[in-house]
Amino acid sequence: MKGNSYFSRKLHSLLGIIPLGGFIVVHGLTNYQAFERGPEGFDKGVTLINSLPLLPLLEIFVIYLPLLFHGIYGLYVAYQSNSNTGRFKYGRNWAFTAQRVTGVITFVFVFWHVYQTRMQVYLGNITHEELGSTMNKIATDPTYFVLYLIGVLAAVFHFSNGLWAFLISWGITIGPKAQRISSYICMGVFVVVSALFILSLVAFMGDEFKEAANAALTWTNIG
Amino acid sequence: MAETTVASKTVKFIISRQDTPESKPYTQEFELPYRPNMNVISGLMEIQRNPTTADGVKTSPVCWESNCLEEVCGACSMVINGKPRQACSALIDQLEQPVRLEPMRTFPVVRDLVINRERMFNALKKVKAWIPIDGTYDLGPGPRMAESKRQWAYELSKCMTCGVCLESCPNVNDRNSFIGPAAISQVRLFNAHPTGEMNKHERLDALMTDGGIEGCGNSQNCVRSCPKGIPLTTSIAAMNKDTTTHLFKKWLGM
Repeated sequence: MKGNSYFSRKLHSLLGIIPLGGFIVVHGLTNYQAFERGPEGFDKGVTLINSLPLLPLLEIFVIYLPLLFHGIYGLYVAYQSNSNTGRFKYGRNWAFTAQRVTGVITFVFVFWHVYQTRMQVYLGNITHEELGSTMNKIATDPTYFVLYLIGVLAAVFHFSNGLWAFLISWGITIGPKAQRISSYICMGVFVVVSALFILSLVAFMGDEFKEAANAALTWTNIG
Repeated sequence: MAETTVASKTVKFIISRQDTPESKPYTQEFELPYRPNMNVISGLMEIQRNPTTADGVKTSPVCWESNCLEEVCGACSMVINGKPRQACSALIDQLEQPVRLEPMRTFPVVRDLVINRERMFNALKKVKAWIPIDGTYDLGPGPRMAESKRQWAYELSKCMTCGVCLESCPNVNDRNSFIGPAAISQVRLFNAHPTGEMNKHERLDALMTDGGIEGCGNSQNCVRSCPKGIPLTTSIAAMNKDTTTHLFKKWLGM
C-alpha cells in the first residue's frame, strides 16, 4: 500500500473516533463528576486518570499524536473544500460546512485549553489538585466562559457529526435508511455529550471549587 | 381578451456569457415572446434566431450545447436559477422569472453556456468503467445476472455523465482532485455485473488512489441533484465498504 490520500484520509477518519472520540466522551464523563459529586468527585476522576499505568506513553500515542495528525490533516481537508450552502440549502450540506468550521474552531480551542490546563501542570505552575480552581477561574470569567461554551459545542458537534460520517466512510451505514437512523443517534450523542460539558462548566462556576483549591493548596503547602 | 394577454406575455432571461475560455464573464438580458410549452432550449433557439438584448442592442447569439432533448444525453446541463440541471427538461411554465442561466463553472467554460466535461470521461477511464471481454478467441457466454440485482443495477446505468453531481459537490474544485460521485457509482455498477466482477479489484484499486473515493465529504448534494435519481450516496457508501474490505485483504495477503 503506497502512501496516498486514501490511506491518510482513512486514518484521519479512524483517529477522529478511536481514540479522539473516545477521549472526548471520557473527558466529558470525568468533568461531569464536578456537577454530580462536587470538587471531591472531580478530584477523584482526575486522580483516577493520573494513576493509569504508562501515562506519558498513553498521552503521547493515544492523545497528542492522533490529535496533531487529525488536526493538521483536517485543516488540509477543510482547505480542499468549498461551501455551497447558498445554492444547496440541504441539512446535510449545512452539516458538511459546519463540520469544517467546527473542526477549525476545535483545533484552536484545544490548543488554548491544553495550554491553560495540562501545559500549566507540565510547567509546574499548578498541580493536578488545583485543576478545579483553574477551571473555576476560567468559568467565572464571562469572556472565557463564552469562549469555552463555543469551543465545547464545536468540539462535540465535530465529534457527533464525524461519527455519522465515519460510519459511512468505513462502509457501515450504506442505505439511506441506515444513514438516517444513524444521524438521529449521532444527534442524540451531540445532545448528551454537550450536556455533560455544559453542566460541568456550570458546576465549575461554584465557589466550592475555589475553596477546594485553596484547601488543596494549604494541604500541599503543609505537606 | 384572453388572446391578447397571451400574445403580450414575455419571458425574461438573464444569461451569463463568456466569449473565450480565458475572458471575463458578463451578463446579458433577453426578453422573448412567450409561447406555450416553452423550455429553456426553445428560448435559447429564439435568441439564436434574433440575437437582440432586452435593451434592443444586437449581440452575438448565445452558445449552448444540446443533443437528445429528452434528458438522456446530459449535453445541455447548465445552472438554471441557481440549480444545475438539463435545459431541455426545464419548462418555462415551471420556472421563476427572470430565468437565470449560467454555465456549470466547476468545469472549464468553453464559451457562454458550453463547458468541457472531459474530466468526467477521464474519471471513467481511471476507474476502468467498462467490462473487458475482448480476447483472441471466443470466450463464450458469461454468467447470468440475478433479476433482483439487475433491477437496482439498471438504476445505476441511467447515469448520462451530465456533470450535475460534480457541480453540486463542494469537494469538486480546483484545490481538490476528487473524481466526483458519478464515476464511483459506475464502479459499483460494473462490479455488480457478473462478468465485470472478475476485474473488481482493478476498479477498487483505482478508487483507492489520490482523488479517489476518499474525496467524498458526505455533503450528499449529489443524490439530491441527480436528474436520474441515481442513489449516488448509497453507491459511495457501498464502495467505501468494498474498498475498506479490499484494503484489509491486501494487508493480510488474502
